Amino acid sequence: MAAARSLRHLAAALLALILPAGAQADAPPRTVVLGGTLAEIIAALGAEDQLVGRDATSSWPESLLALPDVGYLRAVSAEGVLSLEPELIIADPGAGPEAAVDVLRASGVPYVTVPYERSAEGVIDKITATAAALHREAEGAALAARVRSQIDEAAARAAAIPEDARRGVLFVMSLQGGAVMVGGGGTTPDSLITMAGARNVAAAIDGYKVMTDEAIIAAAPDVILMTDGGMDAAMSAAAIRAHPALGHTPAAERGDIVMIDGLMVLGFGPRVGDAVLFLNDAFYPAADRGPQP
Amino acid sequence: MTPAGVPTGRALAVLAGLALLVALAALGIGATRLGPWRLLAAIWGDGLSAQERLVLFNLRLPRLVLGMLAGGALAVSGALMQALFRNPLADPGIIGVSPGAALGAVIAIVLGGAVAPFLPFALSIPALTILFAFAGGWLAVALLSRVAFRAGRTDIASMLLAGIALAALTGAATGLLITVADDQQLRDMNYWAMGSLAGATWARVGMAAAVIVPVMALAPLLARGMNALALGEAAAHHMGFRVEALKRRAILLTAAATGAAVALTGGIGFVGIIVPHLLRQALGPDHRLILPGAALAGGVLLVAADVAARSLMAPAEIPIGILTALIGAPVFLHILLRRMAAGGGIA
Repeated sequence: MAAARSLRHLAAALLALILPAGAQADAPPRTVVLGGTLAEIIAALGAEDQLVGRDATSSWPESLLALPDVGYLRAVSAEGVLSLEPELIIADPGAGPEAAVDVLRASGVPYVTVPYERSAEGVIDKITATAAALHREAEGAALAARVRSQIDEAAARAAAIPEDARRGVLFVMSLQGGAVMVGGGGTTPDSLITMAGARNVAAAIDGYKVMTDEAIIAAAPDVILMTDGGMDAAMSAAAIRAHPALGHTPAAERGDIVMIDGLMVLGFGPRVGDAVLFLNDAFYPAADRGPQP
Repeated sequence: MTPAGVPTGRALAVLAGLALLVALAALGIGATRLGPWRLLAAIWGDGLSAQERLVLFNLRLPRLVLGMLAGGALAVSGALMQALFRNPLADPGIIGVSPGAALGAVIAIVLGGAVAPFLPFALSIPALTILFAFAGGWLAVALLSRVAFRAGRTDIASMLLAGIALAALTGAATGLLITVADDQQLRDMNYWAMGSLAGATWARVGMAAAVIVPVMALAPLLARGMNALALGEAAAHHMGFRVEALKRRAILLTAAATGAAVALTGGIGFVGIIVPHLLRQALGPDHRLILPGAALAGGVLLVAADVAARSLMAPAEIPIGILTALIGAPVFLHILLRRMAAGGGIA
C-alpha cells in the first residue's frame, strides 16, 4: 500500500508539472451547508454547484433536495459530513450536537460559522459573511443591495401608515386538533409583521404557543396570516372560518386571510425583502393605501 | 453450587467473541470510506491520514465504548429488576428511574441557560444535562424508596404503583417545560428522547465508565441472592439471605446504571427487556450467568443497533431509540402473549 501511495504522489507531482498552475486552486471548494437560510443565500449567490451536502433544513430552492442530507440541523452526523469530503463547511451557529461540531472543527476542514440575528441588518450581515466565505463578494454585495432596497421600501411604506391605522395580524402556525398555535413575540413572523407595517396581536405571547380561544376573540385580529399547508386540509381558509374562535374574528368575517409559503415566513433569509413586501401588499391592498405616487 | 452441565465459561466466551466481532464492525463501518480493510491495514502498520484518525479515534471508538457501556448498563438493570419483581416484563423504566432521569435532562435543556450562570463552576448545557439526569434518576429512586421501604420491608406492589405515579408526574412536568421551551430546545428534547450515541466524546465515555463499570463488577455478586429470590422471598430468607438488603442493593445498582445510561444516551428503551429474555432462553435462569452475560450482550445489541442507525440513512442518522423500540416492542408483546397462553398475567 505504501508503494501504491508513493506512486500516486509521483503521478500527482507529474500532473502538477503538466497542468497550468492554479487550475486546481480555482476550482470552488466542495461545500457542505448546515442551515436553511444559509443554503438559500448560497443558491442566491449562484454557488449552488459547489454544494456537496446539506442539513435537513436546507430545502429551498427545491433543487437542493437532490443533495445528500446529513441530518437535522441540531442532530448532524459528523461522520456523515466528513464522508462527503468537504473542503468548506458553512454553518449556522445553531448547528449541533456540540460533539459533532467539535469534531468537524478539529477535522481540518475550514468551518465557517455565519452569525445569525433576526433583523434586517442581520440578513445583510449574513449575506455578506456567506459571500466572503465563498469568495463571491461581488455577488454578495449585489444581493445585499437588493435585499436592502426591498427592506427600505417596506420601511418607507410602513412609516407612511399612521400608528392608529396599523392592522392587527395573527400568525397561525398550526390548527392541530382545534388548538391554535400562534407566532408570538420573538418569532420570525412577528418581525416580518412589524416590518410590513402591521402589529402582531399575539406579541405578548413569547415564542410559538397555543393561544386560548377567548384570548383570540379578545385580540380581534384584522388579518389572519397562515402558512400554505398545501395538501393539509387543517390549514385552509375554510378551517379558519369553521373554527369556534378564529371564525368570529374580524379577519375571518371579512375574509382577510393571507396565505404565505412557510419557508418564506419561518426563516430570515435572502427572501425576507420579498416576504415583507408581499405581506405589506397583502395587509394593505392598494385601495386602502389611497392614491399611489 | 454450579448446576451440572452449565457451560459457564463457554457461554461467556461466545458472548465476548460476539462483542469483538460487533466492535470490529462498529469501527470498520461508517459513512466515510474508512472500511474494514483499511482498518486492518492500519492495524498492520500502514498509517492513517489525520482525518481517518479523527474518524476512528474521535467518532467511532468513543461511540463504540459508550454503546458497550450503556447497552450493558441497561441490560444488567433489566435483569436485576426482573429478578427482583420475579417478572420478565420488569424494566428500569417501570420503577421510575428512566422517567426521573429524563425529567432532569429536560430541565437542563430548557432551563439550563438560565441556571448555568449561578453555578459555582462553569458547565456547558450538555454537561449540565448529564448532571441533571443523574440527579433526576437518583431523586426518583429516593422518593420511591420512601414509599416502598416501609418498616424494613420492600413492598413491590406499592413500588410499582408509585413508579406509575412518578412517571405521570415527570410526564406532566416535562409537558409543562415543553410549553415554555423555544423552538431549538423543543428539537433538542425531541432528539434526546429518541436516544442516540451521536454525542459520544471521551469525556462522556469517562463519565459513563465511572458509574457503569463498578455496577457491572458488583452486580454478579448479587447473583446467588437473585437466584434465591426467584424461589420467593420467604424461601430466600430461609436459605439465609438478607432479603431486604439484597433488594436495596439491586435497586441502587439499577438506579446508578440506568441514570448514567439515560443521562448519556437519552431515551433508549427495551434493551433491558430484550437482552435478559434472550439470555434466559439461551442459557437458562442462573443469574451467575445472566448478569455478566447481560453486561456483554447488552453492549453487543446496542452497538449493533448503532451500526445500523448510522449506516441505513447515511450520511444522516436514525435515532437509535427508534430501532431498539422497533425490535423490543414485538419481543415485549411476544413474552406477554406467551405468559398469557401459559395461564399467567402481567403480574
